[in-house]
Amino acid sequence: MNQVANFTKGFLKENPVFILLLGMCPTLGVTTSAINGLGMGLATTFVLVMSNLVISLVKNVIPDKVRIPTFIVIIASFVTIVDLFMAGFAPALHEQLGIFIPLIVVNCIVLGRAEAFASRNTVLSSINDGLGMGLGFAFALTLLGAVREILGNGSFFGYRFITGDGILVFILAPGAFITLGFLIAFINTLRKTT
Amino acid sequence: MILPTISGSPHVHGEQSIQKIMFGVVIALVPAFFVSIYFFGFDALKLVVVSIAACLLFEYLIQKYLIKGVVTINDGSAVVTGLLLAFNVPSNLPVWIMIVGAFVAIGIAKMSYGGIGKNIFNPALVGRVFLLLSFPVQMTSWPVAKPLFAEKLTDAITGPTPLGILKEGLDEGRTISELTSELPTYVTELLGQHGGSLGEVSAIALLLGAFYLFYRRIISWHIPATYLGTVVVFSGILWLINPGIYINPLFHLVTGGMMLGVFFMATDMVSSPMSAKGMLVFGFGAGLITMLIRVWGAYPEGVSFAILIMNAFTPLINKGFKPKRFGEILKT
Repeated sequence: MNQVANFTKGFLKENPVFILLLGMCPTLGVTTSAINGLGMGLATTFVLVMSNLVISLVKNVIPDKVRIPTFIVIIASFVTIVDLFMAGFAPALHEQLGIFIPLIVVNCIVLGRAEAFASRNTVLSSINDGLGMGLGFAFALTLLGAVREILGNGSFFGYRFITGDGILVFILAPGAFITLGFLIAFINTLRKTT
Repeated sequence: MILPTISGSPHVHGEQSIQKIMFGVVIALVPAFFVSIYFFGFDALKLVVVSIAACLLFEYLIQKYLIKGVVTINDGSAVVTGLLLAFNVPSNLPVWIMIVGAFVAIGIAKMSYGGIGKNIFNPALVGRVFLLLSFPVQMTSWPVAKPLFAEKLTDAITGPTPLGILKEGLDEGRTISELTSELPTYVTELLGQHGGSLGEVSAIALLLGAFYLFYRRIISWHIPATYLGTVVVFSGILWLINPGIYINPLFHLVTGGMMLGVFFMATDMVSSPMSAKGMLVFGFGAGLITMLIRVWGAYPEGVSFAILIMNAFTPLINKGFKPKRFGEILKT
């Protein structure tokens, strides 16, 4: 597989949220606004790229029986870096995302890419894969967050364009499921026609 | 037509159709519709017309241009959904919110599952709960019903529903006997002159409609009987334990959406179980959840949540209570 395909497949063809339906917990939990979705997506992207890079470097020295614990240790190190970095430089966003930042450790996309891709491919391919998957994840979360924020709060990236309240249910948990369902239906229709 | 037992062939055609059943339900809702016009005037008429028109329009547009299938707006199911949805909102609801509700009921709750017969949840109730969660302020300011030809005092007086008065009063630590003076009498609750949604205020008008549904055999006794029975037994036990903080069963029967929900929405053929035993389980569960929400929940009224929760259980109930086939060997 060439490097361009490694990078681009995460966007639409194998988008982690819309096609693979991985990482549903942060997808449904934090996307109450576009900025939350983007922040979560970029944090996950960083962890994905770095863990893919390190795991593909050390893949030959990891004993097969303990590979999952090893992956988790590597991933957890980078999540700790992101967590402390965000707490230091973007405290407001860190407050908003809360428990979901440490929970990136158990995000199935990160572990999934480590197991299915980084542990059996070259360093360059793994970085491209992590970057594509991460940006695809960030794109999906930002889109979901933007739709929910526009409908539920009448604002876009914090800029309010209506007075009063929006359709509150889109900020609540049921709105996450309804919006995600319709976005997936829409993307499936797009894929069928092209 | 509901068949609690299914026998082997040959069968005789019952001369029922979706259209006949749906317009039977519409006829059964007419008394409650007249009562709502009597108490809430032009607002009630406006909301009902807008809701039905919006439901029909959305169903037509989605079937024609999105699904590109057969257009079935003539079967009357969208009319029933629109009517029930309008009956479930306060009469001073802004028209655009009514249209949003109709879109959710038809677009999300009915058409995204594939149309009539395939929806898991009752469309009108999904629309109502969506509006309740989305617009809590507009959905819980209840204009007090006043007769159409009474002298006009002000344009709109809003007040809480009987269940709202009860819940708030009990939360403040007052007893039932202290609250009795604020609650409407049973006669007004039966006739409908108190705060509430358009179509739910008059228990008598809804009972009239329910009798018609029984007469036409559009609904069977199973769900309403176990639903109301569970409510009476549950609230009766609490009432006997402590009449000071738990109100009597009769109050629970005639207030809120009980009559509308039990006879017109819990019995929805698509989203309720098929077998007689399943219906009994469905009615029991819905009654139990309604009372749990009314007595200990955050909302004063629980009928719509209860029916939706039991709708989700319907496929499971259908699986668990299949009627026995003739000749089937019982496992010992």
